[in-house]
Amino acid sequence: MNRIATRFQALAARGRQALVPYITAGDPDLATTEALLHTLVANGADIIELGVPFSDPMADGPVIQRACERALAAGTRLLDVIELVRRFRTTDTTTPVVLMGYLNPVEVLGYEAFAKAAAEAGIDGVLTVDLPPEEAHDLAGALVTHGLDPIFLLAPTSSDARVRRIAEVARGYLYYVSLKGVTGSSALDVADVAARVAHIRSLVNVPVGVGFGIRDAASAGAIARVADAVVVGSALVSRIETLAAEPERLHAEIGALIAAMRAAMDGAPAA
Amino acid sequence: MGEMTDSIDFSRFPDAGGHFGPYGGLFVAETLMAALEELRDAYLGLKDDPTFQAELDYDLAHYVGRPSPLYHAERLSRQWGGAQVLLKREDLNHTGAHKVNNTVGQALLAKRLGKSRIIAETGAGQHGVATATVAARLGLECVVYMGAEDIKRQMPNVFRMKLLGATVVPVESGSKTLKDALNEALRDWVTNVDDTFYIIGTVAGPHPYPMMVRDFQAVIGRETRAQMLAEYGRLPDALVACVGGGSNAIGLFHPFLADREVALYGVEAAGDGIETGRHSAPLSAGRPGVLHGNRTYLMEDANGQIIETHSISAGLDYPGVGPEHAWLKDIGRAQYVGITDGEAMRGFHELTRIEGIIPALESAHAIAFARQLAARMRADQFIVVNLSGRGDKDIFTVAAREGISL
Repeated sequence: MNRIATRFQALAARGRQALVPYITAGDPDLATTEALLHTLVANGADIIELGVPFSDPMADGPVIQRACERALAAGTRLLDVIELVRRFRTTDTTTPVVLMGYLNPVEVLGYEAFAKAAAEAGIDGVLTVDLPPEEAHDLAGALVTHGLDPIFLLAPTSSDARVRRIAEVARGYLYYVSLKGVTGSSALDVADVAARVAHIRSLVNVPVGVGFGIRDAASAGAIARVADAVVVGSALVSRIETLAAEPERLHAEIGALIAAMRAAMDGAPAA
Repeated sequence: MGEMTDSIDFSRFPDAGGHFGPYGGLFVAETLMAALEELRDAYLGLKDDPTFQAELDYDLAHYVGRPSPLYHAERLSRQWGGAQVLLKREDLNHTGAHKVNNTVGQALLAKRLGKSRIIAETGAGQHGVATATVAARLGLECVVYMGAEDIKRQMPNVFRMKLLGATVVPVESGSKTLKDALNEALRDWVTNVDDTFYIIGTVAGPHPYPMMVRDFQAVIGRETRAQMLAEYGRLPDALVACVGGGSNAIGLFHPFLADREVALYGVEAAGDGIETGRHSAPLSAGRPGVLHGNRTYLMEDANGQIIETHSISAGLDYPGVGPEHAWLKDIGRAQYVGITDGEAMRGFHELTRIEGIIPALESAHAIAFARQLAARMRADQFIVVNLSGRGDKDIFTVAAREGISL
């Protein structure tokens, strides 16, 4: 069993849900990202989604677009992100790390070479935003061969037929995009998400995480009541943007936000 | 080239998933899949519907002003001293370019789907104007995304869009040009997917856009074919068209793909020269990758990041190209060449002074290559050049380049 499955099983045994922070690798530099990974874990993160910067992040709002621009300006490459995880693994052997990004940098490296390098570095899953199951056969095959989970998005507009089709290729967990929009959007409708996620769970047999629009302890706690995992991204990335020059405050604020989300989630009854 | 492609039935492309060989496809986030499936099903259901086609034909005839003339540029042909040069006058369409052929078609689809809001991306502003035009005619809200850099160099078209009632949103992210406008339009679409129709202006993007936009633009080639047969009793020897995303080129080429004796030339923007790296010529100097929903040739760095492009022509300033062109290049059915800013300027002036036609800077690239090609051909041979747009929008760019203050 890989780290992602192990983690979900351990959480389920305690009646808890996964807290999944997202940050963009290399924003504003790789050393900051590496230090932040440990802060996230120390404050209660269960799985880390590590963004691979791309020049044209079509599904992301302005906060993560700017993070990509800062990371690229610092020269961050896909290989650097893989290397970052290898260093993280020298001290943390249990927290699952999922790379999240767009297909083109992976295309350039080659699916097989990417999957091999990612597995060797201790990466556990890969979420490729612009890769629907229709086009995913080759990359998903390479990932699975190397023991990595291909992770897929579900949307409010996904039909039951699509949800089933996606679940056939997905491993690890499914990431339900809670609203129509890009990352960093607001206006999360918890009741609507609850109904959709309950329905999706009746169609699939992997854990279902929810992201987009979760920005504080209250929204994290509310989503934890209805899903297996809670993903938070833009709320963290916008703090990195404002506090990059003040590392102590940055770590304190990121740590405090994650800890507050953790507390709110664990106060929640099991979904 | 002939033998390699003899066995290909071009009418079978793209396949059901939008693939042209290894290119094209559907590379978008799940958040857009339902909208693209709805669009694909609506289009496939209507494209052979006689009522829909009759409505489209009526608009093309009475609103766009089709058929556009196939004009024999006799003075230019004599001056160049080779093949006879014929100009397909898409510049005479309503709004001054081929772009409206597609926006009229997609607007009819938007109406059938009951969408109340239209969005578009634009580079030079021609597609934005053509979209704002059809939105005005149908009384639909229209939002056009345009790179902040492009807004600066295409002010006349920005004002035209505003006059037509469109909201022009400056895009400040990335390189602030067409590719970033496309990103932003996709983000808008994801957010407002219930009531919004996205009119993509070129033969790139996720399936079904490359197929659908091609089908709407193929009226150019169908007319050219019929006009050649009626006027000259034969097909042309060569077709020449500029290629940014590639919609005017594929529109001209497509009805001739099975006519192996007709040579096809797509002209990319070589900018300051391919060797300088400052150009917009992915087919000439890029490599395959995935961007904006399709696999195609791209301008990218060694790490798969999209790089900034350069061309004097905002309409060609795009790091990708339609996937059907990528495939036609690989199988050898079409050839893709580069024309620099300087060569395009020369073509611009030559056509203006010799034929009294001011071409768009995009189309001037095709003119400049036709000059080289004509000189290698006989006087009893025919080249059709797609004069995809008129150059009124470009006079400020030309003046600035030549140090003239207006």
